[in-house]
Amino acid sequence: MAADSAHASQHSPDGEETRRDFLYLVAGAMGAVGTGAFAWPLINSMNPSADVLALSSTEVDLTPIEVGQSVTVVWRDKPVFIRHRTEDEIAAANDVAINELPDPQTDADRVVKPEWLIVGGNCTHLGCVPLGQKTGDEKGEYDGWFCPCHGSHYDTSGRIRKGPAPLNLPVPPVEFLDDTTIKIG
Amino acid sequence: MSSGQPFQTNNAIIKWIDHRLPIFSLTNDTLVDYPAPRNLNYWWNFGSLAGLALVVMIVTGIVLAMQYTPHVDYAFDSVERIMRDVNGGWLIRYIHMNMASFFFIAVIIHIFRGLYYGSYKAPREILWILGVVIFLLMMATAFMGYVLPWGQMSFWGATVITNLFSAIPLVGESIVTWLWGGFSVNNPTLNRFFALHYLLPFVIVGVVILHIWALHRFGSNNPLGIDAKGPQDKIPFHPYYTVKDAFGVGVFLLIFSVFLFFAPNFLGHPDNYIPANPLSTPAHIVPEWYFLPFYAILRSVPDKLLGVVLMFASIGILFILPWLDRSPVRSCKFRPVYKWFFWVLLIACVALGWAGQEAPEGAPLYISRVATAYYFFHFLVLLPLLGVIERPKPLPASIAEPVLGGGEVWSNAAAKPMEKA
Ligand code: HEM
Ligand code: FES
Repeated sequence: MAADSAHASQHSPDGEETRRDFLYLVAGAMGAVGTGAFAWPLINSMNPSADVLALSSTEVDLTPIEVGQSVTVVWRDKPVFIRHRTEDEIAAANDVAINELPDPQTDADRVVKPEWLIVGGNCTHLGCVPLGQKTGDEKGEYDGWFCPCHGSHYDTSGRIRKGPAPLNLPVPPVEFLDDTTIKIG
Repeated sequence: MSSGQPFQTNNAIIKWIDHRLPIFSLTNDTLVDYPAPRNLNYWWNFGSLAGLALVVMIVTGIVLAMQYTPHVDYAFDSVERIMRDVNGGWLIRYIHMNMASFFFIAVIIHIFRGLYYGSYKAPREILWILGVVIFLLMMATAFMGYVLPWGQMSFWGATVITNLFSAIPLVGESIVTWLWGGFSVNNPTLNRFFALHYLLPFVIVGVVILHIWALHRFGSNNPLGIDAKGPQDKIPFHPYYTVKDAFGVGVFLLIFSVFLFFAPNFLGHPDNYIPANPLSTPAHIVPEWYFLPFYAILRSVPDKLLGVVLMFASIGILFILPWLDRSPVRSCKFRPVYKWFFWVLLIACVALGWAGQEAPEGAPLYISRVATAYYFFHFLVLLPLLGVIERPKPLPASIAEPVLGGGEVWSNAAAKPMEKA
């Protein structure tokens, strides 16, 4: 409103922009930038804090896990699937046309040692924990994992094959400390 | 006639205050002398019922917050303590839990009332839009409230719903991390949800005030959907509608009590009495019943981004409804074709609600697809089209005319009941 009345009285006679118009604009822009600069720390405070970020890592002893068995470990408060794959499962993981996958990736890109598949245990759709870790669980059409929340099927490499999930189960940073001990994170 | 007359009183103190802060005038004009259409039916009760529910939620919520601990290690136990040890805690929590559902029931009926009688049309577009804003805020509030007891459904509901934002291209993951304040739903998430769950109801109160402000600009719509032509078409809010609303409150609370005292967990889910476990998702996760239609839309599409977009669009579309419906006639009473499609829409929404709680395969999946398709077809194709091709029935000349018969009779006869006793 103030700007309107100012416009009416302050415009130069030939209708050109005046210095006052310019000052209004600059003052307004400064106000907006100032508010934004103040809002940012508040918004950013909601991002993960230093203690949350302090990257925890988990060490796992693989010795007790037999071929064909799976275990779930916890890393950053989330489940990680470790599967000691059988020859058949490794073969199945390699026996696919890569370019037909929704999220193309070779099995070799997803493992350090083929017999050990280590993937994040949250469905890439909306985060449920898929079934397939326990014997007797439904493992889905590709014999890997099946997410019952909205029906996503993962294969023996943890890759998405069917359903609403867009991506493969993520591969966390894994390091073999020796033949039977891994460090996740 | 009550309207237009300024608030009068002989009380000197009230006069003194009202002159400086016209709060008595405001109350009088809003709740006492406010002239309302004389033909409002019971479907007009649900606005005041929603208002009652909001007050009950805030009162019980504040008392609950005095006993509740927003920490992942203590939240579940603190709610159990409310249930077992706190004096009358079970009652307060069950009121809060069940009134949340009844709040939604009232608001959903209120919305469908608006759809049937065309209450969203000019000049009430902003009134309608504010209503949709309230609905969104309610859903956000209820969602975060449901997370607080930190049971299995709390945790996995929070995980699934916050993950919806990961569907946003490029920035999705960062947004989800920001929402969580970590790499999964965890203590920071619970803390902020509690802060927001406390805040949002008061934001709702603010928007409700705007909603009523906009309502009183042109007054209530009515079952005939025609404008009031004069004093003979209106009656003062008090005592006519205060009494009618109070009667509605009685019936509402009676039905509410049946749930509260005899089936307090009927509308909830037993899995939420199991403490949250981030390593195991319950076999069958479902949201609270009022989210089911939207959940069904989400799951009807086998693509993550599209599913999320459609789910949000299903509410977003309500914002532009006043411009999608091109028919100048408000009430379905005079819209012989649209009337039927209103019922089809209602059935589609109920079908979505049913499909939302079934596993997304076979018949439920098929039904949710058909119903989703119809939902969007209804708003985006049918409504614009019907406005052009439908031939509405003739509208009555005034609100009073169908009640009082012939044209001349009402002009003098109707003036009498208007004089407030
Ligand atoms: C729009 C109004 C509100 C709605 C729709 C709402 C909804 C809900 C819901 C659905 C729950 C979960 C109940 C359960 O399953 O246990 C809940 C819990 C809770 N709400 Fe609210 N609420 C509202 C207002 C408030 C307010 C204003 C406060 C506090 C000032 C509050 C405090 C709480 C607390 C402490 C809990 C956790 C205890 C419990 O689970 O019963 N609520 N709310
Ligand atoms: S969360 Fe796994 S399919 Fe939706």
